Amino acid sequence: MSYDLLLNAVTAGLLLGGFYAAVTVGISISFGILDIVNIAHPAFIILGSYIAYIINARFGLDPIAASIIALPAFYALGAAIYQIYYLSFEKRGQEPLRGLAFFFGILFITEVTLVLTFGVDYRYVQAGYAQQSWHIGIIDLPLRMLVPCLMSLAMLAALQLFLTRTFTGRAVMAVAQDQLALQLMAADPIRIKRIAFAISIATASLAGAFLIIIQPVEPSIGRDYIGRVFAICVLGGLGSLPGTLIGAVLLGIVESFTATFYGPSWAPAVSFGLLLLTLAFRPAGLLGR
Amino acid sequence: MATQLLEVERLSKRFGGFVALDEIDLSVAPGERVGLIGPNGSGKSTLVNCLCGTLVNEAGTVRFEGRDLAGQSAHQRTHLGMARSFQLPRPFASMTVADNLKVPLLYTVNTRRRALTESEIGTRCEELLTLVGLADRSRQLPRDLTQVDMRKLELARAMATDPKLLIADEAMAGLSNSEVNDIVALLIRLNEHGVTVILIEHIMRAVMSFSQRLVVLVSGKKIADGRPDDVIRDDEVERAYLGQ
Amino acid sequence: MNSAIRSATFVLACAVVAALVFAGARAAGNDYVFFAGYTVLQFIVLATAWNILGGYTGYVNFGTAAFFALGAYATVFFHKFYPLPVPVLLIIGAVVSGLVGLGMGYLTLRLRGAFFAIATLALAVVLQTLVVNWNYVGGARGAYVIRPAEVEGLSLPYIQYLFLIMLALAVLAIATARTVEHSKLGYGFAAIRDDEMAAEASGVPTLRLKLIATTLSGALMGMAGAPFPYYIGYLQPSSAFALEYAVNSIAMPMIGGTTSWVGPLAGALLLGTLQQVTTVTISSAVNLLIVGVLLVGFVIIAPNGLVGLWQRLFRKR
Repeated sequence: MSYDLLLNAVTAGLLLGGFYAAVTVGISISFGILDIVNIAHPAFIILGSYIAYIINARFGLDPIAASIIALPAFYALGAAIYQIYYLSFEKRGQEPLRGLAFFFGILFITEVTLVLTFGVDYRYVQAGYAQQSWHIGIIDLPLRMLVPCLMSLAMLAALQLFLTRTFTGRAVMAVAQDQLALQLMAADPIRIKRIAFAISIATASLAGAFLIIIQPVEPSIGRDYIGRVFAICVLGGLGSLPGTLIGAVLLGIVESFTATFYGPSWAPAVSFGLLLLTLAFRPAGLLGR
Repeated sequence: MATQLLEVERLSKRFGGFVALDEIDLSVAPGERVGLIGPNGSGKSTLVNCLCGTLVNEAGTVRFEGRDLAGQSAHQRTHLGMARSFQLPRPFASMTVADNLKVPLLYTVNTRRRALTESEIGTRCEELLTLVGLADRSRQLPRDLTQVDMRKLELARAMATDPKLLIADEAMAGLSNSEVNDIVALLIRLNEHGVTVILIEHIMRAVMSFSQRLVVLVSGKKIADGRPDDVIRDDEVERAYLGQ
Repeated sequence: MNSAIRSATFVLACAVVAALVFAGARAAGNDYVFFAGYTVLQFIVLATAWNILGGYTGYVNFGTAAFFALGAYATVFFHKFYPLPVPVLLIIGAVVSGLVGLGMGYLTLRLRGAFFAIATLALAVVLQTLVVNWNYVGGARGAYVIRPAEVEGLSLPYIQYLFLIMLALAVLAIATARTVEHSKLGYGFAAIRDDEMAAEASGVPTLRLKLIATTLSGALMGMAGAPFPYYIGYLQPSSAFALEYAVNSIAMPMIGGTTSWVGPLAGALLLGTLQQVTTVTISSAVNLLIVGVLLVGFVIIAPNGLVGLWQRLFRKR
């Protein structure tokens, strides 16, 4: 095993992990904190990719900038979906079966709509730096991976600050644990949850832009990510942002090694397999709860 | 040879850093009527959950009829003869009142002896519903019941498992005076038929008239255990609980 | 005693209906009826199987495709090895998928329903990846399975034989579902669905019952998949593991109604026929969109499905 190959596999894994954290943070909020099993989240990420693609193709804007412009729309979409979810399921107390079916339906509708609108061809963006690569010694740092990774870390840091330093953010953390206490603090739990869910969908906009910078995108790619996001979420301990980052980096490294030494066609099985093992033996995640 | 029906030794339960139960010792003899009181949050329901297997205690042992219950799941404990009613009623919402009782009859009573026939099950359902005063609602769905009736259903379902020990967790909340009297009379009748009962309640009148022995739980610790008249006069109990 | 007679009568009635359906199909004189009918019957089996675990017990399985494909690939495996008669393949499919269901259930059913659901998604992808990398059964390229021209013993064209097999499977699935529903097992499942903690407290061995439900459901799905390679002639992982199976096996019971065997049957007949029409007249992508929209719509507006609407209309309280 060459030292060069090993080091680059690790680096690629780290960069990939940073990106995976951005993909997963939305689920950390909606599933980890709010306990809503939004399996449609990857579809929203792909949607974010396509929107970044359109804006980039029409206006030449950098995809990440495009996704920031699209943030309010995603936020509104998230708020709307939560409202429907709340009125249809949480209120009636029928979440488990029907909530899952609801989000599965949304996953499906989103994917098929994208297929109908854009077809099944791969789409990619023109980002100025996407072809370049930095080098530190024998380590390659392709910018198309490095930039999304760094932006992802920035996004995570911002979210962590929000959750721990602002009133609304702390209310979000609290609503998971004690709705009654929250009400006594004169905060409306439903509104707090709606804000949190909307934020989780908003992250999908950014994550989508990161995705399409890293690789070309087509509608069914979202399915590969369902296993990844839940694997990372469970691995890192539900609802913990630092845990999400650690889980994401772990998965990124394992996938990178598998792809380097066994071939890329095994990659999807890695994350899902890891998820199955984690659920079977340590469902509280590595960091526990 | 074990003479106690239930023996709890140094039972402890924590949630993260919070100690919900701190080395609880408790013994219940067959046929006893034990009352358990304590302020909200003192750990009463947690204790019930640990006894019945819904929660797993970190330390301490629970022995039922001399047998250590560690590792026994909740349904196994029910089969052994421990039954509980839930503080917040948890009916089977898609089934009629009568069918709600069918489940414990099919899955607990059935496994102990030979299988009950359809008509035996039907008869037993009728009996139980009449006992708690729900006979005329046997075909209704839980969502059409009043809160009070749901509590009665909760009790009936626990009784349907033909228990040796029944733990009634705040079964009387919200009942009128006469309904409280009815339930107390019902529980005493059950006790006369050989069922040991642990009554967890806030309604002091009911607890005092029912219990042969009174146990007081405050902040996860047992602070009193003895004759009801003695216990309520205990200084610590007055301070911690009755003063509120 | 009473219920045994009722069950036997029911199975008999189903057999009669099935015979009529088969006769009707032959009378139509058009092979397309058999091809399209096979698909609808397949959906009846899958929807009914899904509903045993999903509707009766309350645990959502997103991995229908996994169990279905296991049955299909078991057939491919044996076909290359030594061609076996379809009924034997059915049993093999049932055993393989049933065991996998049992295994996966054992790993994940102690956890909340949401984790089980996610695990089933994971399973589908893991299995697909394994198959794609396994050249003996064709890998990503796929495998050709040559369909015999006729069946030994019966003078039936092969597609009619497959149709008959699937018809028998549909009867088996529905009869099984109905028997479970009215049995002690059915009460246990419903108790788990309604309130698992209360079910445990009432003496229901919830883990054991959930494992039974998963195994039974998986086995039926595997049986549905076993004849598929012969039906389609060329089996690719992408078609065997298609997400369409998951969506349909969830949408059909949800739309039809999840609390009884009638729901999946009604949902499969309606949705299955609708899909045949849409795929042929518009496109298969639009068809899937419609399924997705209907699923979401029904889940929000009519959570008890068509059967629930029917009950509300005709049972005035």
